[in-house]
Amino acid sequence: MEQLNGWFTDLLSDNTIFTANTLGFYWGGFVTTVQLVFLSLVIGMILAVPLAIGRGSKRRWIKLPIYAYTYVFRGTPLLIQLYLVYYGVVFFEGIQDSIFWVVFKQAFFPALIAFTLNTAAYTTEIFHGAIKNTAKGEIEAARAYGMSRKLMMRRIILPSAFRRALPAYGNEVIFMLHASAVASVVTIMDLTGAAYYVYARFYAPFDAFIFVALIYLCLTFGIMFVFRKLEKRLLAHLRPRGA
Amino acid sequence: MIDLQGYGPRLLEGAMVTIELAVLSLILAVILGLLTASAKLSRNRLIHGIGTLYTTLVRGVPDLVLMMLLFYGGQIGINMLTDQLYYAFDIDIFININAFVAGVITIGLIFGAYMGETFRGAFQAVEEGQMEAARAYGMSPLLAFRRVRFPLMMRHALPGIGNNWMVLLKTTALVSIIGLTDMVRVAAEATKATHEPFLFMIPVAMIYLLIATLSEWGFAKLTKRYNTGFGESSEWNN
Repeated sequence: MEQLNGWFTDLLSDNTIFTANTLGFYWGGFVTTVQLVFLSLVIGMILAVPLAIGRGSKRRWIKLPIYAYTYVFRGTPLLIQLYLVYYGVVFFEGIQDSIFWVVFKQAFFPALIAFTLNTAAYTTEIFHGAIKNTAKGEIEAARAYGMSRKLMMRRIILPSAFRRALPAYGNEVIFMLHASAVASVVTIMDLTGAAYYVYARFYAPFDAFIFVALIYLCLTFGIMFVFRKLEKRLLAHLRPRGA
Repeated sequence: MIDLQGYGPRLLEGAMVTIELAVLSLILAVILGLLTASAKLSRNRLIHGIGTLYTTLVRGVPDLVLMMLLFYGGQIGINMLTDQLYYAFDIDIFININAFVAGVITIGLIFGAYMGETFRGAFQAVEEGQMEAARAYGMSPLLAFRRVRFPLMMRHALPGIGNNWMVLLKTTALVSIIGLTDMVRVAAEATKATHEPFLFMIPVAMIYLLIATLSEWGFAKLTKRYNTGFGESSEWNN
């Protein structure tokens, strides 16, 4: 550790911008970005599964509100949704006196809510499309086995739909990572926020933003790699058999 | 009628800025996209490499970071360039980057990469036989491109262009962060001044939804037009 530290100090010794201090900022931003994106994706996915099933329902009072939700959240910029939640959260009667205020007065949670609602809308549409495209034969086979609708959904339709949704969902994950950059607007020190801070402090736009762009690029490639591996594993049955 | 507390006209001006910005960057993006697609389809390895580098870099980095880099860095870069010109050739010019132009260039540059991917796929989807037929009719390469390859390519590219346009439209909201007075910025300023986020943000969201709905309708019309002659299925199923 001592050695590593020494090596690190040597490396940074003749660098005026990327000192241990600013790198610490970038690291903090990295952690915030990853937390924000990961949490919103997980919660968004949990919300999206029932919504996607409801979106395909025959009952109009279930189907239409969900369609309206996805239409509005996919048709407006995330920045506006973020502003609405961030500035609008105080309008909930009595939230400032409740125990939740400790959480909500930080910018992180309004941002998390906005991001979650946004990604849930996109994910709902992705899953809905995948469920709709389930092969007729799979459903007929399930029916022939005498499965109830619930069992069929759980054992046949959803597993098969999730696999088909994987490539589109991978794009959504990358989209979310990139969209999360707007969090810096509401005082969150995410990666972009850290880069902006370094830019403003040293007036060095190229160093500050190119460095952060490279971090985002690495993250994007990492996500792409993971999803490609997953697709290879989970969609193995759809690949043509090798000679 | 809702009382916008005197911000109504400014919101409308902002909406015009948003629309102008979106349309101008779309035009730039389509031109860049066509260039990128031809670069990526080129057999020259250097040109192909440049095209791939451009699309990979732009699609791997958040729009906002690219925008900040080009907007905050662009002025410094141009100043450095003009300084060099002054020292080397004694040419004294001063170029000031206007926020609107910077916005159009950045968004155009970002979506040029996405358009490039769309057009590349669409060009590859055109059957070679169609072009052979055009050549057999003695069409010049330019005429064959204009009358055969381009309209056939558009049929495959239109859904992608439509998607890109919807994303582009929403991306224009980001220019409010780097200081351009579009409708989001007006709404954000009004919100900070009056503490009424819903009063200003919801109308702005409605304008975005309206533009999105109108363009969806427009793209449906265009799709129908470019699908002419591709069987009754396209007539009946859409």
